[in-house]
Amino acid sequence: MSRRYSAWALLRHGITGEAWPPAWRAPELKPSYSAVIVGGGVHGLATAYYLAANHGVTDIAVVDKGYIGGGGSGRNTAIIRSNYLTPEGVRFYHRSLRLYERLAAELNFNLMFSQRGHLTLAHSDTSLRTMRQRAEVNKLCGVESEVIAPEEISRLVPCLDTSDAVRHPILGALYHPPGGIVRHDAVVWGYARAADALGVHIHQDTEVTGIDVARGRVTGVRTNRGPISTPVVVNCTAGWSTLVAGMAGVRIPVQTFPLQAAVTEPVQPFLDPVVVSGTLHVYVSQTDRGELVFGGSVDPFASYSTRGSLEFAEGLAAHVLQLMPSLAPMRLLRQWAGLCDMTPDFAPVMGRTDVAGFFVDVGWGTYGFKAGPVAGEAMAECVATERTPELIAPFTVDRFAEGRLVGEKGAAAVGH
Amino acid sequence: MLLLPCPWCGPRNVSEFGYSGEVVTRPDPRSVTLTQWRAYLYLRDNRADWASERWFHRMGCRRYFTVRRHRLNHEVHPTPDDGAAPKGQP
Ligand SMILES: Cc1cc2nc3c(=O)[nH]c(=O)nc-3n(C[C@H](O)[C@H](O)[C@H](O)COP(=O)(O)OP(=O)(O)OC[C@H]3O[C@@H](n4cnc5c(N)ncnc54)[C@H](O)[C@@H]3O)c2cc1C
Ligand SMILES: [Zn+2]
Repeated sequence: MSRRYSAWALLRHGITGEAWPPAWRAPELKPSYSAVIVGGGVHGLATAYYLAANHGVTDIAVVDKGYIGGGGSGRNTAIIRSNYLTPEGVRFYHRSLRLYERLAAELNFNLMFSQRGHLTLAHSDTSLRTMRQRAEVNKLCGVESEVIAPEEISRLVPCLDTSDAVRHPILGALYHPPGGIVRHDAVVWGYARAADALGVHIHQDTEVTGIDVARGRVTGVRTNRGPISTPVVVNCTAGWSTLVAGMAGVRIPVQTFPLQAAVTEPVQPFLDPVVVSGTLHVYVSQTDRGELVFGGSVDPFASYSTRGSLEFAEGLAAHVLQLMPSLAPMRLLRQWAGLCDMTPDFAPVMGRTDVAGFFVDVGWGTYGFKAGPVAGEAMAECVATERTPELIAPFTVDRFAEGRLVGEKGAAAVGH
Repeated sequence: MLLLPCPWCGPRNVSEFGYSGEVVTRPDPRSVTLTQWRAYLYLRDNRADWASERWFHRMGCRRYFTVRRHRLNHEVHPTPDDGAAPKGQP
């Protein structure tokens, strides 16, 4: 295939100066599709890709009101891990991590997935106890995860202040060697390119403004570029998901909160694992380019605004310096925010709804980037077979009315 | 910077306040069904425009009040019933 990226193609294009073909097309919007996926983030694009690749459904439109990856998928801090708290969560994210491990080869796109290890620090007996519990649940599910002592933490991350002369001394950490970071834009583009190659249509600047339902069944969507008739609509709109669900008359327990992040100027590599401190509401990793990426908890009130705040930058700096005092001379380069679709139990909402043909893949909060591959794979199966795959059965929307919440907060509130 | 109009202390920086969410009406616990109760616990409108919200002046008078806030541009309006807790609100 001439569109394949390879060393040979690079050499050929380098010598001939021949232009690279666009990674995905900009096709005409058809009046009807077998399925319309709303939202061109990692979840929407992965769902389209696996529908085409695993189930042969290719007559699909992925529509996005802006550009693909313009939502949380292009704004996150790209942490991938599977050391969650509940067995349901651990199994699910473990599958995603496995898919990520071979995704670059599968999509023929360099995703820069770097499994550099993930450390969650404990500053109190209670958090140490939660980490012991997580380590045991993780191990039972076949996930590499263990509690380590301050000496070993110092060895892994020498710049951490592990003395006990601080307000929040480090008592231990949950260490998760397979965790790491990925190039988030590349994941979005890789899925888009692979889905496009299989025949999926990607329509940017196409906003869904209404969903038509007749006798309890989806019949189509209305967009700013005209109506599309379709029997299947998948809602992958994260922070905007209650608005889109509302168009179909479906209510989901989601509230939208901004989450901010920041990045410093690049420096020589010195920090290997990702470091998270729940108590100090902060986490840090170093990218392959040398920048430090910082994040924390969601903003303290609901909002659809993606403005950054001084309070966030100040709190972040104060907390980071408690962990790593030697970072004091570093300068922040940028600060930004993305919208997070928070659920009451910090677990996603996936699968069918009361409206036939209307599926949801939402509630990804501050932790959904890592779930892109497994969610896409499971949602594709759910749509193609009209059955809920076992892996996502704990996450269906009826769990709230039935009172079977998944309780993932202890592993997802700060360490996304 | 977002200023919130505390009915007792006047406009103050949002960092002085605690957010306690959208105004929701609590169903009567004596007649409510389990499904209605759980809807009250978990479902919110989450609109992208105007919402009525309860706030708590954590670092000031420590009282609750209601404001109308625009969720996209953060414009804030005091509400006439300031101070009186709607049913089911602190
Ligand atoms: C600062 C920050 C840090 C994060 N860090 C991590 C992390 O380290 N690890 C992790 O796993 N997760 C992280 N997350 C969470 C993660 O980014 C999200 O959960 C994930 O990207 C959600 O992907 P998505 O495809 O569901 O939604 P999005 O990428 O948000 O895409 C939704 C898309 O829907 C489109 N849309 C909305 N309404 C409409 C409409 N009416 N019509 C058409 N299109 C519409 C939007 O334009 C948008 O492109 C972080 C998030 C933020 C903001
Ligand atoms: Zn006050």
